[in-house]
Amino acid sequence: MTAPILQIKDITKSYGKKEVLKGVSLDVNRGDLKILIGPSGAGKSTFLQCINFLVRPDKGQIWLNGKEVRCEHRRNLYAYRQKIGMIFQDFNLFDHLTALENVRIGMVKVKGIPKEEAGQRAELELERVGLKDHMHKYPAQLSGGQKQRVSIARALAMDPEVMLLDEPTSALDPELIGEVHAVIRDLGSNGMTMIMATHQIAFASLLASEIVFMEDGKIVETGTPDKIFNDAEHSRTREFCSKITDLYGER
Amino acid sequence: MDTWLYLRLEAFPALLRGFLVSIQLIVPSAVSGLVIGILVGVLRVYGKSVIKALADSYVVLFRGIPLVIQLFIWYFGLPYFKIYLSPFTASVLGFSLCSGAYHSEYIRGALLSIKRGQTLAAESLGFNTVQMITSVILPQAIRRALPGCGNEIIYLIKYSSLAYMITCIELTGEGKILASLSFRFTEIFLVIGVCYLVMTSLASFILARLEGFLSIPGFEQQRT
Ligand SMILES: Nc1ncnc2c1ncn2[C@@H]1O[C@H](COP(=O)(O)OP(=O)(O)O)[C@@H](O)[C@H]1O
Ligand SMILES: [Mg+2]
Repeated sequence: MTAPILQIKDITKSYGKKEVLKGVSLDVNRGDLKILIGPSGAGKSTFLQCINFLVRPDKGQIWLNGKEVRCEHRRNLYAYRQKIGMIFQDFNLFDHLTALENVRIGMVKVKGIPKEEAGQRAELELERVGLKDHMHKYPAQLSGGQKQRVSIARALAMDPEVMLLDEPTSALDPELIGEVHAVIRDLGSNGMTMIMATHQIAFASLLASEIVFMEDGKIVETGTPDKIFNDAEHSRTREFCSKITDLYGER
Repeated sequence: MDTWLYLRLEAFPALLRGFLVSIQLIVPSAVSGLVIGILVGVLRVYGKSVIKALADSYVVLFRGIPLVIQLFIWYFGLPYFKIYLSPFTASVLGFSLCSGAYHSEYIRGALLSIKRGQTLAAESLGFNTVQMITSVILPQAIRRALPGCGNEIIYLIKYSSLAYMITCIELTGEGKILASLSFRFTEIFLVIGVCYLVMTSLASFILARLEGFLSIPGFEQQRT
């Protein structure tokens, strides 16, 4: 078996007295789609943001391709973040830029790719998520689903090795969820490594290589979708899964 | 000499001269004031402790001391340290620094109004802090600050009249001289009033055009 592409060891994070992450570890293999589930406040977002140091963990280590990430050196940090794409619940597109410019700006500013070349790549990425016709629109002129697809294109344009997705469809109307899921499914079948927090059980059970159940700042249980959803060891996992199945429909 | 003849032959040439001096005072002061304001505003929000404190104190000083006093200090005070500024230079310096302090307040407010998500997204793409500020935060913040900064520029046009207090004879200064020689206060200051009105209207027009030019769908309230 090959070494994990991303190793995360014993991440802790407190806000004041509140311990939000109490030592979370996760190994991710190339091509994995790890799905984080768990109740609101479990620490899923904080954990994902610790992975690319948008939130500084208090303790813990991270290795990418076997090399430890030294985030205290800014250059290393910026280089590492380019390899980790991040998708946010509320899209966070740059409001003052068109779809095309949103996708292009990282390549131009961070990677120093000439504008024209970056523009061509941006068009390609937008085409890939089905938005070539909308590339000159501003975020405010796009639907939620379109915005999220632009943000995926923006992340992909940086050639990430791993993608972190924090409830990418939670802010979307139900009829728009499908288009975003389709894009994520495509990514997965092209071999992208992903860690995704979601409440979409149906999607998770279909595509996840592993489900990770988090609660109260800890990983309670991990396993295949079948095991977690049908035959979980911990009662908390079973309770959560039955609740969420009720909420988000039959899988 | 009847009024019209007097205005045409004596007042207008002098006032035109003063008007041009006013323009020469206002344009560079507006530009450098804005540049200072942006720089100081950024430092006040993103600067580390010492730099931030310095930038804050700059604003306290230059917003807190009456502009006339500041001009007196630049013009009459600096020679004490063997620094001699011309009335014109002292005026532009005084206006720029005072204006910059006000601009920085508008810029600071606008910077703080940018949603956290914008910086998270930039950081997640690997932007360093300077790249993030210059290509994500400032382009948005400046758009938000524009109405306030425009207001400050309109004020500048009016307080540029203080330059005559340190013997930089601009529009108001020429007017004072003319009026004290001819005693035609009403006519002269009416004309001067109109001149300032023209300048401020022109500035408002340019600022409105600029705002329109920079506006982005959905980013701020649309002009109707
Ligand atoms: N910046 C912050 N300051 C203080 N508390 C925070 C902050 N961010 C998150 N928290 C707290 O950390 C806990 C975990 O939050 P989060 O990671 O968003 O959970 P989840 O994404 O699983 O819903 C919550 O109790 C939340 O209130
Ligand atoms: Mg969350």
